[in-house]
Amino acid sequence: MKRFNIKFAILALCTSFLFVQCADDDDNGNVIEQISCTDGIQNGDEEGVDCGGTACEPCVGNIDFSGTYTQVDIMGRPGVNTVFSGSNDVKNDFNNSLVTERAAFQPIFEATLELYHDVYATSLGIPTEDLDYETNILNLDAPTFTTVLAQFDALQVAPNAPTTYFDGTNVLTGRNLGDDVIDISLTLMFGGTTGTRFDGNNGTPQLTSDGIGVGDRDLTLGFPYMEPALTN
Amino acid sequence: MMKKTKIFAALGGLALAGFSIFLIAADHIDSPSVANTTVDIADLYAFQGNNENNTVFVATLQGPLNPGGVTENASFDEDVLIEFNIDNTGDFVEDLVIQAVKRADTMYFFGPAVVDAADTGASSSIYSDQLAGQVQISGVGDTFTATNNGMSFFAGPRRDYFYFDFNRFNDVISGSVAPEGFLPPSQASDFFEALNVLSIVVEVPNSMLGSAPEHVGGAVGITGLPNAYNVWVSAKRKQ
Repeated sequence: MKRFNIKFAILALCTSFLFVQCADDDDNGNVIEQISCTDGIQNGDEEGVDCGGTACEPCVGNIDFSGTYTQVDIMGRPGVNTVFSGSNDVKNDFNNSLVTERAAFQPIFEATLELYHDVYATSLGIPTEDLDYETNILNLDAPTFTTVLAQFDALQVAPNAPTTYFDGTNVLTGRNLGDDVIDISLTLMFGGTTGTRFDGNNGTPQLTSDGIGVGDRDLTLGFPYMEPALTN
Repeated sequence: MMKKTKIFAALGGLALAGFSIFLIAADHIDSPSVANTTVDIADLYAFQGNNENNTVFVATLQGPLNPGGVTENASFDEDVLIEFNIDNTGDFVEDLVIQAVKRADTMYFFGPAVVDAADTGASSSIYSDQLAGQVQISGVGDTFTATNNGMSFFAGPRRDYFYFDFNRFNDVISGSVAPEGFLPPSQASDFFEALNVLSIVVEVPNSMLGSAPEHVGGAVGITGLPNAYNVWVSAKRKQ
């Protein structure tokens, strides 16, 4: 008798599993709810694979991408327009121009570069002609430096070399999130041949570094490489 | 000509005055016609990916954004096309473009598309038949990424990686902090440290970008540089 009860109990248990399975199989509504816009198949009222219908994004072929889009802002290297254009009209012209149309900007940039130096001279009561830009650490004189800025205004990006804007040895192979583009730019403008012309030493002002580094921004992240937005 | 550094040493310092225009940011708020609009480019980055066979392109827009409501309410504009331009022949004319444009809550990416000579320049159409991929636009509290055909995609708010002592800079240009100039690191303050930007990030296998041309540095006597694409980003508004 006891043995029978055990068999009955096992049978009952198995039967209950069957019912559980049947109950799930019979629940067609539950299956429909599992249609998703990311399941890789066209189902439900989707018009394509995971697109269209009531739940998913429109199928790309049905989205309007027509029209003409016209340039209103452009950027290659950091700071070029804001530093060297010198007036709002020139800045707007720069943003509307193509990289190949920048010859006219070179003399403007060179004048701005010299103007920065003239301000020092004026404030010191010395002739402005006695204080000029000095050929920088890349051995670029003022016309050449400003030609590079005006007419070659793009990030040079080397696909087969480590990236750096300038690390003291390597130069212009791209721009990392952590590269100190301000200090590099200041050094190229005010550092002279040695890079230390106005570095705060020997009675000079500190004009080659703003003293700021990347701080606690995380440079070790995988894609998309940037920290989430700060919330406070 | 007098030796300038000696002049400064002799006078012990100098004043900077008279400048209203200098660095404001890398490209943040760079001109009146685009400042504080949805087309305003803040920064461009381009670097080797964690997979060194890939290049990562980052455009940041509409910065700087304060955390909180300003960031939460910032959004990409469906009428603004962002283009990463890649010159792989050395003439500073784009040979390839990667386009990004928003529709609904998704950022769509196209290319890298070969640009016919007649289609280069200030006006563009979207290469809608060359979809590279798409990604749901992320919010402040979530991060969506997508991959397709070796490419990776992201669009949404991120922390601003541009750093600069902007307030000290204003003091420097006003002459009020002569003769010191900028501050030492222990005293300097990063204006952008706690600010955000809208960011578009796309990572691309180099095999999709063609061979890189000789580095333009060679044209001005900077020798020994590795071959390099010329890359710039443009923001284009629908007409």
